[in-house]
Amino acid sequence: MAFTNDEVLAGLAELITDETGISADEVALEKSFTDDLDIDSISMMTIVVNAEEKFGVTIPDDEVKNLKTVGDAVTYISSNQS
Amino acid sequence: MSTPTLRQLQGPAHTRIYAYGAARGENAVPNEDLVGPIDSSDEWIRQRTGIVTRVRADKTTDAIDLAAAAAQEAVEKSGVAPSDIDAVIVATISNPKQTPSASAIVADRIGANPAAAYDVNAACAGFAYGVAQADALVRGGLAKHVVVVGAEKLSDIVDPTDRSISFLLGDGAGAVVVGPSDTPGIGPTVWGSDGSKADAVGMNHTLTDFRDGSAPWPTLRQEGPTVFRWAVWEMVKVARQALDAAGVEASDLAAFVPHQANMRIIDEFAKQLGLPESVVIGRDIETTGNTSAASIPLATHRLLAEHPELSGGLALQIGFGAGLVFGAQVVVLP
Repeated sequence: MAFTNDEVLAGLAELITDETGISADEVALEKSFTDDLDIDSISMMTIVVNAEEKFGVTIPDDEVKNLKTVGDAVTYISSNQS
Repeated sequence: MSTPTLRQLQGPAHTRIYAYGAARGENAVPNEDLVGPIDSSDEWIRQRTGIVTRVRADKTTDAIDLAAAAAQEAVEKSGVAPSDIDAVIVATISNPKQTPSASAIVADRIGANPAAAYDVNAACAGFAYGVAQADALVRGGLAKHVVVVGAEKLSDIVDPTDRSISFLLGDGAGAVVVGPSDTPGIGPTVWGSDGSKADAVGMNHTLTDFRDGSAPWPTLRQEGPTVFRWAVWEMVKVARQALDAAGVEASDLAAFVPHQANMRIIDEFAKQLGLPESVVIGRDIETTGNTSAASIPLATHRLLAEHPELSGGLALQIGFGAGLVFGAQVVVLP
């Protein structure tokens, strides 16, 4: 079953909170993972791997570099769901 | 004339690690000493790596010196006479001479001349590869006692301005003596490689490029996030295979000693492996840094010193690194 964009955002916020302790309220589409949320590359990869499992998508290493904002991740996950 | 049947060797059924030895670089190098050229801070390094300080060797100390010191301690503690050592394997990626091997010199220095001697280039999996070889050599009857050393002077191949790996690296050597045993002491090794990811971690230039003036002195680099994903989620599968192959569960372990690459990798690895709290985890990286092939025996040596009750217990050790290559086995701690 495909997730809606809102569901992906909410699920991603949960994963970000689990990994970093950042409040889910702070996770919004326009936020930059590094500049706004201060998520380092190792935490980012942990979130990516958990997101792959949660949403049933594959996010290759080369693609992770292009996910600058939460919105980028939501768009990528939504458009690559099987 | 009939062809005679060849004799083939067969060794004892079981092997074990008799003793560990260790040698660390003489100088503790705190984060503050390295942050300038990478425009960073003590906090930045601690948060990303868990490293507070790393050990680095004097200019006049080389990987062979460290290897010989660690091997000597292991041999002395093992009770095996140096003349009864039949093979010396040194895992290293930082011996600045391609030939002769570090191992032949180490064998001579520890009194094991004319033992068979060869180096292994398997980066951070080098020690696990060496233990696999030693186990096979003894059980195959080719050697009775084998010294395995992981030895690195990585400070010779770092770039102070590199933010990917250089600031993690330290110098040291760890060694073991492997020999026959009445009971199983070294579980089956699960090992392999993935050369399709050769660019993920390794040296950034060749020596010939350096000679020709087309590149600076070669130093280590890594694609941190790529290595992190592989080192945790792929290596957890290998760790589970090593447990299965040995016929034990995670809850049977006394200790878990992963390659000391980064504390974040160690923590996430332990979490994914679902280790019970009773399992003691090697975290030598905090004060030693990442010493590649030396990191597992150095971490184990320290665990045995700090937790003597671990003696006789099972340890899962797993190395992984440039190649990419990996190796894991469960061993009985001496």
